[in-house]
Parts: sequence; C-alpha cells; structure tokens
Amino acid sequence: MNDLYRFVTGPLAWIAFLVFVAGSLVRIGHMLYLVRKKEAFIFSYFSMSYGLRSIFNWLIPYGPVNMRRHAVLTAVTFIFHLALIFTPIFLLSHVVLWDENWNVSYWSLPDAAADILTVVVIACCAFFWIRRMTQAEVRFLTSASDYVILLLVAAPFVTGFLAYHQVSGYPLFSILHVLTGEIMLMIIPFTRLTHMLFFPFTRAYTGSEFGAVRHARDW
Amino acid sequence: MVHDAVPAEEKTVLDEGIEKGASRLTEERIAEVINRVLYGEGGARIRVYVDTCVHCGLCSEGCHYYLSHDKDPHYSPAGKVKQTLWEMIRKKGRVSPEFMKRAAEIAHTQCNACKRCSMYCPFGIDIAYLMLVVRRIVHLLGMTPLYIQSTAHSHSATMNQMWVKGDEWPDTLQWQEDEARGEVAGLRIPLEKEGAEIMYSVIGPEPKFQAQLIYQAAIIMNAAGMNWTMPATSGWDNSDMAMYTGDNELMGRIKRRHFETAIRLKVKKIVMGECGHAFRSVYDMGNRWLGWKMPPIPIVHAIEFYYDLLKEGRIKIAKKWTDPVTLHDPCNVVRGRGLHEKARYVVSQICENLIEMHPNREHNYCCCAGGGVINCGPPYKMTRMLGNRVKAEQLFETKSKGAKTLIAPCHNCHSGLEDINHHYGLEMDVKFISDILYAVMEKPEKA
Repeated sequence: MNDLYRFVTGPLAWIAFLVFVAGSLVRIGHMLYLVRKKEAFIFSYFSMSYGLRSIFNWLIPYGPVNMRRHAVLTAVTFIFHLALIFTPIFLLSHVVLWDENWNVSYWSLPDAAADILTVVVIACCAFFWIRRMTQAEVRFLTSASDYVILLLVAAPFVTGFLAYHQVSGYPLFSILHVLTGEIMLMIIPFTRLTHMLFFPFTRAYTGSEFGAVRHARDW
Repeated sequence: MVHDAVPAEEKTVLDEGIEKGASRLTEERIAEVINRVLYGEGGARIRVYVDTCVHCGLCSEGCHYYLSHDKDPHYSPAGKVKQTLWEMIRKKGRVSPEFMKRAAEIAHTQCNACKRCSMYCPFGIDIAYLMLVVRRIVHLLGMTPLYIQSTAHSHSATMNQMWVKGDEWPDTLQWQEDEARGEVAGLRIPLEKEGAEIMYSVIGPEPKFQAQLIYQAAIIMNAAGMNWTMPATSGWDNSDMAMYTGDNELMGRIKRRHFETAIRLKVKKIVMGECGHAFRSVYDMGNRWLGWKMPPIPIVHAIEFYYDLLKEGRIKIAKKWTDPVTLHDPCNVVRGRGLHEKARYVVSQICENLIEMHPNREHNYCCCAGGGVINCGPPYKMTRMLGNRVKAEQLFETKSKGAKTLIAPCHNCHSGLEDINHHYGLEMDVKFISDILYAVMEKPEKA
C-alpha cells in the first residue's frame, strides 16, 4: 500500500502532469499546424478584438440568449466549472503539497468550504448524468464514452471526499483519489475534455467571423 | 441505429438524383471520397469541431426543424452531425450507399445552413459548415438531389441559374425598359456602360419569371439619378447553387465570371437585388474560394442600397405603406452581414407600422427555403412545410397583432415564406422591400 502510494504521488504524478501539459501543447500545436496547412485563411480572418468579444460574452452567465433559455443548466454549468477548477487548486491539503515539495505557498480554502464545493461538483455530475439519461436531445447524442468521462471527472471528488472524511478503508481512497485525479488530468487532451483547450479557439474564430466579416452578434 | 424513427414524410420522398447516384456506388468508392474530403481537402475545422463537441444538445433549440418536429432529436443540429459525419469518421468512411442516401437527404433537405445553431452552441461550432462538408462528399459521389443538380448544370452551361440564353437576357432587359418607359419618360436600363458607378446584378429567376423586379429596380435607379449599368453578357447572375451542392470548382467559375464582368465594366461597386444566398456567395464563400479575403469590388446588398438612398434623400416617399407590416430577417444578410438595423430604418421610412416578429434580428427563425433546400424541388416541399411549423406560428403571432404584409428581403425567404403562407393558411401579403418602395415613392413625371 505504501509503495503504491509512493508511486502514485511520485513518478505517476510527474507523468500525469507531463502528459497533460505535453498532450495539451501537442493538441494545440497540431491544430495550428492543420489550420496552417489546410485552412490558412482562418488566420487571416482571425480578429483578436472580436474573438475576445465573443469569449467575453459567453463567459457572462445568462448573457447569451441560449443560456437564458436554460436557466437551471446554465447555473449548474457555471457552478460546476468554477468549483471543478477552483477547488483542487485552492484545497488546503493540495497547497500544503506545493509548499512541502516546491516551497510555494498561497491562499487556501477553509476545509469546510472545500468540503461543500466537493459535494457541489459531485452533485453537478449527477445532474449532468440524469440530464443525459432523461433529455431526449442529449440522450440521442450520448454514447458510453460520455458517461465514462463524466465518471472520471467525478471520481477524484468522490474519492477525495471519502478520504477526507476517513470512512473505513480511507487509505485506499487516498490512493484512488490521487490516481483518478491523475487519470482525469491525463485524458484532458485526448478526450472530449479537450473542449477546455479548444473553447477559446473555436469561440474566438466564430466570434471573428460574426464580428469582423458579418457584422453580427453571435450570442 | 441511425435509421430508426425517420419521420414519415421523408420516407415517401424519392429523389432520382440521390437514388441513381447511390445505385452506382460501392463502399470502396464511398470510403475513398469521404477520406479525401475529411483528411485531404479539409481537416482543421472538422477535427476540432468534432473533438470539441461535448454532446450537450444545447444547439437543438437553434434549429427550426427540431422545434417544428416537436423536438425530435434527429433534427437537432448535432443530431444531424451524428447521423452523418460522426458515423463516417467512426467507420473510417466505410459506410453503405444506403447510409449515404440518408446523409444526402439530411445535409441537403434538413439543414438550411442558416448558422442559427452556431449562436446556440457554447463553443460556436459551425454546424452549417459541417453539413456543407457532407454535401461536398455527396457531390463528389455524384448523388446530389436532382433539382438542385439541374440548377448547377444550368450554372455550368449558361453561367446563370435558370437556363437563360445569351439573347434572352438583353431581350428581357429591353422589354422591361420599354414597359417602364410607359410609366417614366426617357427611362433607360443602361447596358454595357463602361465606367458607371454601379453594376446592378440579379439572380436568374428575375429575368425568368420575376421581370417586374427588374422593372422596379430601373424605376428606383432612375428616380434616384444613379449612374448605373447592367451587363449584356453573362456574369449578370449573382446566384450560386454550386455553393450549396458542394461543387466548389463551379462556384469559383461562376463568381469569377461575375467579378470579372464588373471589372470589365470598370464599375465602382456591385449593387445586388434582394437575395440572400447570392450575397453569401459573393461576399463570403465565392470570393474566398477565388482567394479574395473580401470581394474584389465592393458589394452592396439591396437593403443597404435602399438605406443609403433614403438617408441621402435621393428617394422621396409620397405616401407610406398603410397596411401594418412585419419584417423577416434573412440569415445571409443578417447573421451574414448585420443588415437588420438598416432594414428596420428602410421599413420605418416606407411603412407606417412595423410589427416585430419574435425572435428577430440575428435570432430570427429561418425561412426553411434557403441553403439550397427549396432548390431541391417539389419532392421536398412537405419537408419544408412540416420542417418549419415554428415559422408559421411566429408569423401567426404577428398576424394576430395586426400585421398584414410580410416583408422578406431575400428571394429564397420570399418563395419559402409564400409556401408557408399558403400551406398554413396565413393569408399574409408577402413582399420584397422593392415592391413597397416602388409603390410608395415619388416617381418622375409620367410619359
């Protein structure tokens, strides 16, 4: 158990960060290469100001028409993404790890708040799961991989929650927590979680076409 | 499980172009063409768009087909990508001729390429583009729907959409000039006038069966005192169905002829009639294929032209149109060029009462005729009618508020809305802006 713990928190952690960073760079690099090779016109239509205008407007909750049409989903989506990114970065025990290993120290969340945010992420995942099962237009588009990805996103939070509350067998959950967190990080560049990487690009390109060429709004 | 729950009206459609084309296909040939398009011609956008889509279904309500079919997911934008491109990518192009028949039907007749859905996708994925990629594959496989392919053939043989012969064109213009001289003394439709400020261009159907629109344009140009001309040669037609069949090479030939005609006449700009798809072709797609970032000669759509005329006081209004009107925002000049506010200014100057339809401006519902769908002909008329019930409901709402006239400043929208009008018994009066402008303007003295 200790060996396993040392492996997931040692070499595998390095590998996970490396795969995430290198994989992300490769995906973005490959995309830019493809654009340059096949659809270079995209660069000439790209407009920084209209691209940013589009991204900005789509980051305002209930700004775009479609967000107003889906009030609950919009709330869940914003809360989910904020909690998903915010919680692991500012969790006290993660900050401590940074401090111990790299002597980097920064503000951290109170444990009680982190606990709530963790439950919020899990609840949001459950919401997405139910939405996939019950909404016909989403179910039609859903394949098994969509559920698997959702599980992999929820897993570090579920295991982290169990480990933190020291339920029976929690050392195992600690290991699983680290492991699933690493898996999630590693699959970002290679699954539909790449939307995290590509969102600024697709949004900005559409925003450029709508703004600079078509003189219309895209939200 | 892509073929289940295909709506009834689609099952009855038999399109000779698709059927005959598919009968000649083998899986090897299909795979070769699909892979050539997906990985040879294209690649960057297709790859990123397909990988980025999180299957959230939020694009669904962007689509009038989806809304009109009681939210049947087969009609959601991403649902259409699933039934076509996802499957092609997953199977590495090895799909059956039967699959391609369905794909051709979806891409050609269940998507108007109106781009409304890309305003509903959080990532701004251009699903209309993906449907045009499918049409490109369909074209290269030789299984484009019969009617629209016939139109493309006309473009190829005559450089216009309607098989208008070389002599029929100037003949029609002279006929309209004669007619208009009966109303306005000394009126001219100047042909081949080198160095004119404006080349006025129209789409094939105008000389073919809507010649009164050329008549009205001549009266407006004349009253405004414009220095204008029309070509006596081919190149007068700005329409472009090849753009919608995925025949990009032909699209390039048509647009080159159009631009070169304007350049030959040494005009300063091209003013075009009230057509949406033609605007998309000259302003957005055709010029790009030819390597021009923007059109080589400024292109002014009729809405903008009328706006300028009214702003500058070149046209005076005798008496505004009294019937309450509602205004349809065509995708290609509103989502495609942002002319919605100018259109409202024009309407406010020529009509007493505008009753807005909702949603409007960039969010207006498509007419369901554009994107080449109406050009797929009579076999698909019911596809358009049942696929746009939501438009009828939207129009009915404006009618209940008193709107009698429906202004549709686009040819495809005009024809499509006329069909909706009849099918759903709306009894609205569908008009172009020029119909009303012509009716309400001060005209020069009678002959």
